[in-house]
Amino acid sequence: MDTRFSEEELAFQAEVREFFANVLDEELLALLDGAEASPTLKQGMVEYQRRLNARGWMAPGWPVEYGGQDWSVTQHFIFNSERGKAGAPAPIPFGVTMVAPVIYTYGTEEQKARFLPRILNSDDMWCQGYSEPGAGSDLASLQCKAEREGDEYFVNGSKIWTSLAHAADWIFCLVRTDNSGRKQDGISFLLIDMSTPGVTVRPIETIDGFHHLNEVFFEDVRVPVENRIGEEGKGWTYAKSLLVHERLSIAEVAESKRNLEHLRELARAEVNGGQSLLDDPAFSRRLAEVEIDLMALEFTEMRVMASAAEGGMPGPESSLLKLQGTTIQQAIQELRMDVAGYYSQAQQGELSADQLGHEFADFAQKMYFRGRAASIYGGSDEVQKNVTAKHVLGL
Amino acid sequence: MNFNLTEEQSMIRDSISRFVQDNYDFDQRKATTSLLHGFSADHWQQFAELGWLSIPFAEEYGGFGGGPVDTMVIMQEFGRGLVAEPYLPTVLLFGGLLQAGAGEELRNDLIPQIIAGEMQGAFGFLERQSRYVITDVKTRAHPDGDRWVLDGEKTVVLNGGAAKKLVVLARVSGEQADENGLSLFLVDAFAEGVTTTTYRMTDGREAANIRFDDVTAEATIGGPGEGYELMNPIIDRAVLAVAADALGAMESLSAQTLEYLKTRSQFGTHIGSFQALQHRMVDVFAACENTKSLLYRATCAMDASDSDAQRSLLALKYMVGRAGRQIGGEAIQMHGGMGMTEELSVGAYVKRLMIANTLFGDADYQQQCFSAVVNAGPRPEVGSDKLSSRGQRNSSPRLKQPQEVTHGNRLQNRDIIPLQTISTATQSAVQTETR
Repeated sequence: MDTRFSEEELAFQAEVREFFANVLDEELLALLDGAEASPTLKQGMVEYQRRLNARGWMAPGWPVEYGGQDWSVTQHFIFNSERGKAGAPAPIPFGVTMVAPVIYTYGTEEQKARFLPRILNSDDMWCQGYSEPGAGSDLASLQCKAEREGDEYFVNGSKIWTSLAHAADWIFCLVRTDNSGRKQDGISFLLIDMSTPGVTVRPIETIDGFHHLNEVFFEDVRVPVENRIGEEGKGWTYAKSLLVHERLSIAEVAESKRNLEHLRELARAEVNGGQSLLDDPAFSRRLAEVEIDLMALEFTEMRVMASAAEGGMPGPESSLLKLQGTTIQQAIQELRMDVAGYYSQAQQGELSADQLGHEFADFAQKMYFRGRAASIYGGSDEVQKNVTAKHVLGL
Repeated sequence: MNFNLTEEQSMIRDSISRFVQDNYDFDQRKATTSLLHGFSADHWQQFAELGWLSIPFAEEYGGFGGGPVDTMVIMQEFGRGLVAEPYLPTVLLFGGLLQAGAGEELRNDLIPQIIAGEMQGAFGFLERQSRYVITDVKTRAHPDGDRWVLDGEKTVVLNGGAAKKLVVLARVSGEQADENGLSLFLVDAFAEGVTTTTYRMTDGREAANIRFDDVTAEATIGGPGEGYELMNPIIDRAVLAVAADALGAMESLSAQTLEYLKTRSQFGTHIGSFQALQHRMVDVFAACENTKSLLYRATCAMDASDSDAQRSLLALKYMVGRAGRQIGGEAIQMHGGMGMTEELSVGAYVKRLMIANTLFGDADYQQQCFSAVVNAGPRPEVGSDKLSSRGQRNSSPRLKQPQEVTHGNRLQNRDIIPLQTISTATQSAVQTETR
């Protein structure tokens, strides 16, 4: 048992660290400031992603022939860790991490040639059309229809919780092409141009004050058959295959470590009755609990990474990564709100930090409310536990 | 022993409930909070006409002479309906302080105005550095002839934008953290030197930061140095009110969540049929009931001036924070994606509960105060033949009512049980269990 990196791995780590220390310059930070609240978010992310691409690091997980890197599992792990440590964002996932693997695994050569380079260079922005008002955790019950007529599909229905649909050029959708058999077997994978007549986007106002979610309506939207990936009725299988790719970054350990250190310093400086919050027994106990859980998760992730590096099946502990990762994120966000005290309850953005009397309350609040969604999306906590209970514990 | 409401209390409760039904549906509430100062002047007039503004005031001012239970009934309905009107700041805090400590002339002048709906007020006590320790006061008042002049800043002044007059906590003597040397002053909100910067809280209600540059106070409330003793009972009553408001919000949020479990379908059935959610919903129900029980406990104790009152109030406010967080979190989670939208009122209720947690000190703070109160008393002495105290930090928090807590040896004064004996005892316990 040995947790040390090899010489080569350490050299790689240094290289990646240097890149991320430098890539977020003043210009880029200004464009990205405020995350989803930034009016220049798309512009900022495109610029950032192009810098990654210039280094060849936009899509390191892709096969080399399409623009990926020939990295070991450990190198991928190091890359994600260093990115998280530096506080640099992951590329917008819908194109590069979600639809691209489906395209290069199941798509035709024409589809690969058409879409992959444009994803790599951030020429197209993508969004994900999965959830529907009636199909959340039970995604397979989706109803958005695609009816074949000649060499076109006519798509009718709607999708919901579509992040960034208002800024996207393309949407990849799970649609129902068959109602006769098992619900999973009637689903197909369609790529739809957002500018096609009949596509409308309605913004959804969320409790975090950001606009990032939308409802997308399809009314007799004509989609060429060439935009279907793979076979009709195999969409569900293709979508499930995506989940494997998320394993090594889903726990967001490096980001949480960074956020926890930041939280510690915020708490250190916050004084109540002449005493730093770090010395408040109640607060320090809660902080310690989160930190200890995070230390455990860090090694759980490394165990998963190590077994993946050996080419083995992911161990049972891998089913805990998303569940525990998001629980920890939310705990840190909650503690950060508590450090901000009264000021965490002020409406965001109204007063300057100096006027309000508190510097980070705005940030704390945004992250807190946005973070409530993490235990809901991508397989809710309840679904994660069901999966673990069934597939790991055999219950 | 009974937990029944009087006929009058039932009538008030029903009356507020009807008002909420008629004036506070989802869209009406949004419209109201978008008005100037975050509430409706028309509603406030209705409150006056219905007599609700008179409830906590003595009959000699035209009040109803109501007590803690009456206030509890009112605030619970306000919380249930997410009512935005500033009952807590104007009637309970501002009005309560006037009634407790203002001179007779001032009381006879201002309290009837409050009752008539003609006076908005606020209580400025928090400061940038104070967090939850209300005696941490840098704002100073110095005498100038027979007047007092204030300099400093108050933050998070609830209703600070609408208030025509303010009661301000300022220091006349002593160091920043002393609980002695504090006084209360009546200040006109439009007096020279007063600068008000308003902002909204997450639930739409308005607060303000107010600076005082060489501001001449209109009057003193109570004598110099009496501020702490005067304001404490008023704050206690305000804490009860915040808790009652929170309970109403919890009950509504819990009911909404239960309804969603019964109506939302996935996997061919309503999600309330899933045992995991059923158990958690029971936990939510229990959290509401526990909060209600503590609310009744603390209210009755205050009403009867019970010796248990302080402890009960701390327990209650702690529970408001803990249960509020639990119920709020479960409400969002169990509503799934819909819980993240502004299309339901789930988010608004959660925010109200989060605000309730911070007002007058969050759950952690209450727990520290509670433990200091209930665990007060001598500690074992550190003698030469006992283990030293391992350099315990003096981490006693500054409290509203500080207790003497000496940090000595934390180990109990008994023989150390040898490890072997402990493991044997454990083993036999395990064997007993598995038999």
